[in-house]
Amino acid sequence: MTHQIVVLGAGTGGTLAANRLRARYDVDDVRITVVAQDDRHVYQPGLLFVPFGLAHEVDIVRSRAGQLHAGIDYVCSPIDHVDLERDVVELDGGRELEYDVLVVATGARLVPEETEGLTDAGWRERVFTFYDLEGAVALERALARFDRGRLVVNVVDMPIKCPVAPLEFCFLADWYFHERGVRDDVTITYVTTLDGAFTKPTASKTLGGLLDEKRVELVTEFNTGEVDGKAGKLVSYDGREVPFDLAVVVPLHGGAAYVGRSPGLGDELDFVPCDEHTLQAKAKPNVFVLGDAANVPASKAGSVTHFEGEVLVENIAHYLAGEPLDGSYDGHANCFIETGFKKAMLIDFNYEQEPVPGHYPARIGLPLMRESRSNHLGKLMFQWFYWHVVLPGRDVPGIHSAMPTAGKATMTSGGAQ
Amino acid sequence: MTTTTVAGHSVKLNDEGFFLDPDQWSEDMAPEIAQREGIDELTDKHWQVIRFMRREYAETGTGPTVRVLGKTSGVSIKELYELFPKGPAKTAAKIAGIPKPRGCI
Repeated sequence: MTHQIVVLGAGTGGTLAANRLRARYDVDDVRITVVAQDDRHVYQPGLLFVPFGLAHEVDIVRSRAGQLHAGIDYVCSPIDHVDLERDVVELDGGRELEYDVLVVATGARLVPEETEGLTDAGWRERVFTFYDLEGAVALERALARFDRGRLVVNVVDMPIKCPVAPLEFCFLADWYFHERGVRDDVTITYVTTLDGAFTKPTASKTLGGLLDEKRVELVTEFNTGEVDGKAGKLVSYDGREVPFDLAVVVPLHGGAAYVGRSPGLGDELDFVPCDEHTLQAKAKPNVFVLGDAANVPASKAGSVTHFEGEVLVENIAHYLAGEPLDGSYDGHANCFIETGFKKAMLIDFNYEQEPVPGHYPARIGLPLMRESRSNHLGKLMFQWFYWHVVLPGRDVPGIHSAMPTAGKATMTSGGAQ
Repeated sequence: MTTTTVAGHSVKLNDEGFFLDPDQWSEDMAPEIAQREGIDELTDKHWQVIRFMRREYAETGTGPTVRVLGKTSGVSIKELYELFPKGPAKTAAKIAGIPKPRGCI
């Protein structure tokens, strides 16, 4: 009997899952269908560089279909909803796709309209985001004209994709204005809902120190209630105000809209609850979740998706064979943090272990928690790695799903939040 | 971790004042914890949020974030800040005797 696997989404998660599944199964045994809402696959880590003129649209966008291996059916259509009871995906226009196994990999969606005033007066004029391509391109033009005044970078609330990206934006802005000789005429303020620069204590300290060093003012526990683009100020729910001349806002995130239209599938933010180790959806055993779409206590980031991918495919194989699931994802994540002036830091962590100093992936490797040129080169090289290794679903010797401890000054963090 | 007495009961709190064991909590402790957080009187609206926090914790293993509270508790975010000016998610979690919400990763 031929099994039907339907993969919703063709970003990092959907693409690598479909390709790994295709490599694992014979075409006669498993039919794989991928559904995507458009054919533009954006290399999202590249968005950070666009506002500073360091990357351009043509460098970071490719065809989604072009990243999928032969033998994968590709459907380009918006999704209306998933009918969990009938094991059917209904597309816009009424076409139905039946599945034996469903993979939800439709990522996170920006919902700027949920914040009062954010998309009103001043949106894309003095209030921007770099979290989508259109916004990043518009911001490039605005930054090029900006040579004095108050730049404010605001994270409205968690969860967001790549929680370090707004910090990287501050570091790069410091470098960018320095290069243009106007750094002394610009103030940079980082306004966050968190109680520090970052979520994990040790990294928060290091990154907070870097903000200081680069003269970026830090405003914490600021829960943005309103963005007033006309008056040029952020207003928090508890009545505090931060004035700006140019605001770069990371809007609220939610899951894909069809999740909300699929009874029983998602949570109140349209993310999909699943077991944090097996990635099996809580809604039904034949539904698995990958990447930003999942409600798991891990960062919404490509590295998480990459490491989850191996486990996901193992567990789908167990499920189809009628075996208990044993693939176990440990929350492993890592990311290069661009710090400006051609340097970067690297952090590596999982559900239990917060980021610590040392080296990755082993004793000899890239330095962790410390700025270096090699990490910056690593970050730049990663784009090649993304298109040619991560998306095709190739395994890399020495890089595994489970977090390595060999090169680390390890200690288990006591209840890291 | 510290052990302290609330309304005559001995309870364990973390360094930030959140309950380590939600089973040690009982409703008679809420007014005293609220006073320590600067809330003199718990109104019906406060109790609506506190009970909602308890239910959410029992169901999901973590307290909701402000945003989720605003969407699901029946109390708007603006109103939540009027009720718990120092931050609804954290303050209500403390008063409801549940651990610090882990929403932010």
